[in-house]
Amino acid sequence: MQSNEEQNNSRENPVKKLLKTAGNTMLVPFLAVLTALIVGGVVIAMVGGNPFYAYLGLFQGAFGSAKAWSETAVWASPYIFAGLAVALAFKGGLFNIGAEGQLALGAVVAAWIGYALPDMLGVSLPTIVHLPLAIGLGILAGALWGAIPGALKAYTGGHEVINTIMMNYIALNMVSFLLNGPMKDKSPGNVIARTPEIAESARFTPIFEGFRLHWGFVLALIVAVVVWWLLWKTTLGFEIRTVGSNPDAAKYAGINVKRTIILTMTLSGLLAGLAGVIEVTGLNYRHELGFSVGYGFDAIAIALLGKTHPLGVVLAAILFAGMRNGGTRMQFLTQIPVDVISVIQGLILLFVAADAIIRYIYRIRAREERLVLTRGWGG
Amino acid sequence: MDWRRFSVIALVIAILFTVVLLIGQARDEPLVIITSLMATTIAVATPLTLGALSGIFCERAGVVNIGIEGMMLGAAFFGWLAAIYMNTIFEMPPLLSLIVGVIGAILTGGLFALLHAVLSITYKVDQIIGGTVINILAIGITGFLNRQLFFESGSIFGGNVPHAPGVLPRIQIPFLVNIPVVGRIFEQQPVAISAILLVIISHYVLFHTRWGLRTRAVGEHPKAADTVGINVAFMRYANVVIGGFLAGLGGAYFTLESVPSFEPLLTNGRGFISLAAMIFGNWSPFGAWAAALVFGASQAFQIKLQLFRDVIPAQWAFLQNSYIVGLTPYILTMLILTGIVGKTIPPAADGVPYEK
Repeated sequence: MQSNEEQNNSRENPVKKLLKTAGNTMLVPFLAVLTALIVGGVVIAMVGGNPFYAYLGLFQGAFGSAKAWSETAVWASPYIFAGLAVALAFKGGLFNIGAEGQLALGAVVAAWIGYALPDMLGVSLPTIVHLPLAIGLGILAGALWGAIPGALKAYTGGHEVINTIMMNYIALNMVSFLLNGPMKDKSPGNVIARTPEIAESARFTPIFEGFRLHWGFVLALIVAVVVWWLLWKTTLGFEIRTVGSNPDAAKYAGINVKRTIILTMTLSGLLAGLAGVIEVTGLNYRHELGFSVGYGFDAIAIALLGKTHPLGVVLAAILFAGMRNGGTRMQFLTQIPVDVISVIQGLILLFVAADAIIRYIYRIRAREERLVLTRGWGG
Repeated sequence: MDWRRFSVIALVIAILFTVVLLIGQARDEPLVIITSLMATTIAVATPLTLGALSGIFCERAGVVNIGIEGMMLGAAFFGWLAAIYMNTIFEMPPLLSLIVGVIGAILTGGLFALLHAVLSITYKVDQIIGGTVINILAIGITGFLNRQLFFESGSIFGGNVPHAPGVLPRIQIPFLVNIPVVGRIFEQQPVAISAILLVIISHYVLFHTRWGLRTRAVGEHPKAADTVGINVAFMRYANVVIGGFLAGLGGAYFTLESVPSFEPLLTNGRGFISLAAMIFGNWSPFGAWAAALVFGASQAFQIKLQLFRDVIPAQWAFLQNSYIVGLTPYILTMLILTGIVGKTIPPAADGVPYEK
């Protein structure tokens, strides 16, 4: 049966085949999003709103104009990085809930390099030096924050779900300490917990005049390709995926499982750190307390919606970015709180995770694949 | 029981208390400080104890539950909402509306747990993801309804947060409360008292009843349990929902017992710390309670240090920094989890869906 189908496929023309595979993979996530929107519409109607106006506003705000597209892409940049971070960890059989903390540390370090380094050195740096330095040290901080729970997992078996969450709280406490104290913007009249503005030389410039869309979005797309290449075209990627799907087999095949676990978490933290760096260097030009609340959790949903594949992550990130961006316009038009977006996103995740429900509703034949990511507390 | 584990716990609590004593002696009698530290420890450990018990019931039956955080958050919100609704719309007396609130919280926890059970037992979704779905949904629903019901004009409360009917009253345990100074420990609120009773009840149920034996059987070796005629799916469903009730009661602590208000994300990681307590306690109720007390003590430590802030000696100046002291529970969780006291053994079939 299986081989028959494959034979049929191989006779078709390759473009058609690719489209068919992509269509098959994307069918369930697409229906999951659709179902979540329908249920979300019922919720909106129940609280007295008009779901059609609400979704019209949502769509206009997200993709209705050049400006809307630009803003959606601006939102999407950190989502892509954070989603890739979680997806990469999933591929290695690890659940990184710590993107939030890794991101915050990356942002705070990039901001510090951005505003303090020129003063410390007493010279103004050219962009070609300053920006890479801010990015490099920022992602190093994120990588370190990912490596710690990775090492704890590898050497003591302490479960990464709990350790990454604890590291989140530690990072957020540290960042609030820094932003309220040593790193606080000392300009007169400032009462907000935020850093001073970073130097011009540490910034990503906008791509088009008059839009906020910056080169960080392009970097995000490039990094997505790099992650795909790393996972499927390199030895390290093969090791990560093998450890992820069967650590025992990986061990017998001679893969250093401990090293791979630590590396996976380090890379994951690095990508999450990049999400924070991009917000500081490309958009806000400073780090402000609480700018990222929820990116870490959204990233989990994005990684799952994208089926932990880099291309899927990019598409899911753009969808989530559109919803976040369009939510503001929806609230303006219909007075429905923007928080309803979180409900819809939770529902999307629910239907993606429990794809059996979707298959049942839409009578889609089940294929023998189930996303198994974790194996209890045993490590 | 495992004495090494308990001595580590006693040691950590002793260290935390000693630091507070050394600093606070300039201001208060040692016995007074210790008493109030213990009273705070027991109160603060309440949601952690209940969260850990929730995890124990789920995982002893073989279902990993990292959605406790979300269950508590949802229960805290809906319990609070029920209490306010009864109090303002139906004009029930405060105490009665609070009791309705607690029941509402427990049922909310049970409903979220039912969703987790459907996902992980019927649909065999990866259980960590099922739990995450619950956490994200709870954040979304509570945030959305909180704003929609209380802060939007035209909502049922007219855009104002109505007066909450206060918090659950303190109950004095007869005789014990009359002991001079130390008696204060025995004046606790109902959820805190029921948490301690539930530790004892859970221990009895899990290890001395037929129900407990069956629960542990489906968590350790579902196939064998199935062979002798135990309904694996039913046992798992029932225990996950019981766990949800317990987490719901834990949620009630936040808005009906501790402070009479709700704010988004108020559980602040307590559900996850509960899981650490469960693991550290080796999936046993008394062990988990002891671990919850450690975290309670670290919170009490933090609260007391804030009070004694101006008498902290200069060489310990870092203790004046609330951010640094605020890290204590989280760092303790990590240290304890990473095997400071040796290996813990989860139920053998924990997290594995059962396929006939």
